[in-house]
Amino acid sequence: MNKLLLIAPLLALVLSGCPSTPIKEAPVEDRKSDVTTVKVGDATVTGLPLELTDSKSVLSKRIIYFDLDKYDIKDEYKELVAAHAKFLVANRPFKMLIQGHTDERGSREYNLSLGQKRAEAVKRNLILLGAKEEQVEAVSFGKEKPAAEGHNEAAWAQNRRAHMLYKSPAGSGEF
Amino acid sequence: MKKLIYALCFFSFLSASAAQAQLLTIEIAGTGANRIPVAVADFGGDPALARTLVNVVRSDLEISGQFKLIPNDATMTESSAVDFREFKERGADAVVAGSLVASTQNNLEARYRLYDINKRAVLSGAAYVATAGQLRLAGHRIADDVYEKLTGERGVFSTRIAYVTKSNGRFQLQIADADGQNAQAALVSKEPIISPVWSPDGSRIAYVSFENKKPILYLHTLASGQRTTLANFKGSNSAPAWSPDGHRLAIVLTKDGHSQVYGINADGSGLQRLSNSSGIDTEPRYSPDGAHIYFTSDRGGSPQIYRMSANGGDVQRITFEGSYNVTPRPSPDGKSLAFISRRDGNFQLAVMDLANRQVTVLTDSHKDESPSFAPNGRMILIATEIGGRGVLSSVSIDGKIKQRLSIASGDVREPAWGPFAK
Repeated sequence: MNKLLLIAPLLALVLSGCPSTPIKEAPVEDRKSDVTTVKVGDATVTGLPLELTDSKSVLSKRIIYFDLDKYDIKDEYKELVAAHAKFLVANRPFKMLIQGHTDERGSREYNLSLGQKRAEAVKRNLILLGAKEEQVEAVSFGKEKPAAEGHNEAAWAQNRRAHMLYKSPAGSGEF
Repeated sequence: MKKLIYALCFFSFLSASAAQAQLLTIEIAGTGANRIPVAVADFGGDPALARTLVNVVRSDLEISGQFKLIPNDATMTESSAVDFREFKERGADAVVAGSLVASTQNNLEARYRLYDINKRAVLSGAAYVATAGQLRLAGHRIADDVYEKLTGERGVFSTRIAYVTKSNGRFQLQIADADGQNAQAALVSKEPIISPVWSPDGSRIAYVSFENKKPILYLHTLASGQRTTLANFKGSNSAPAWSPDGHRLAIVLTKDGHSQVYGINADGSGLQRLSNSSGIDTEPRYSPDGAHIYFTSDRGGSPQIYRMSANGGDVQRITFEGSYNVTPRPSPDGKSLAFISRRDGNFQLAVMDLANRQVTVLTDSHKDESPSFAPNGRMILIATEIGGRGVLSSVSIDGKIKQRLSIASGDVREPAWGPFAK
């Protein structure tokens, strides 16, 4: 504050004829400019029975593809969904997470809701075939995790899909 | 007060060394028609530090697209005599002069005065106390004041932006100054991060992270890195929006089988369903007065923007033109609404004047997303795509001024412009 008192008369001299605005002192500290970095890791996949992971088993097939703007299970995937429903019925302590996906066009959040519709369609089918509500969770990744990175119909068709992930009774598995 | 300054400087030093954010570069793609001619003199004091300070002021004013910088390399302090006639001859309407002087032990004082050349008057002046590490912020503060005195609107140079980068399979939530400098990573993840939104006080960010194989909502305190789970209900948890008072958030949950809008307290209590349709309701945003929530819904057959009361109910359709209007973002004064509109297969930024419902498309790009208003309502930050890469673009509300922000390699997306510093 002392400095201000000192410079004020000087300025008054220099700026003769000018209405002098006093200089106000303010610290530049009132913004919290520090940001702490947080890192989050990813889980490893272990502990599922061979029946679910062996490439010879139908249950190792976990992806269902959808048509453009469509959210129902195509006939060609009904058998696969039925096989997974059968496994869930026979193995009640197992849980499944269904992740729905969309192609890259449009709003991220709206696509999240559209991917949800695909995951819910798979979930409804599984429940109709005997899986229990508490065994199955439907979620969406929207357009965030494309399987194919291209920007054409071939890539988009690869991306309109739902993934089925399993977790064993011990809590290990794919999610 | 001084102790507080020192403490904050210490922390910013610590986190600066920990940060590994990628540099965001800015490029001016268009300027306003009537730019105000301003001369920013070289400031007195330590030449290197003064140059850093002055460069920030000049760059801020230049980047804003609203000023034309009159070249000026003469040193002029806040107490130098001003040759008004000479500046007038050189076409300047205003002149900034100042100096950087040692104040207390570790602090500098950035002093300046802003002169109106035509009126031969002092318009403004101040002295900001800063450490060498805070010089850029002091420069932004000076530029904010110059901007406000000359345009009549508050400047946003000292505000911050948040955005997500995707590079080498890693996602980072980054916080940077409004000019893209000083970027620091708040969150680093192998899984996507979307929909960041600033708390009204600027201390926290709510976002969706997929780090646990599903979309979960987190609240993240920037200074400490402390995270709390805002919502992790069965199904997807997404699309957060703060109420203007910062107590509540509108969010989207699928626990009842499809995306619907809910309200929740910032501490995770008080969940209440707000929207009620058999289709998709998502992307909620409070009006600035807190009375309404704008949202996207496909209840009419195609995604369109609707508005309901903040407690749910009283639903009104807002957009009618076209078959895809999404991501509503009301302006800070509540008078207009930015959103993304699909036209001939292209996703473009549009603004609606809410008084007469007139819509103006502001861009000619093809993949615009996630608009976010500057807190003074003058610019809108969007994510878009250029040459197959995700970049940020800020567009003035008349569409004339455009700037582009990109990183050297990788995508930038999901911008969120922070609030004014309190």
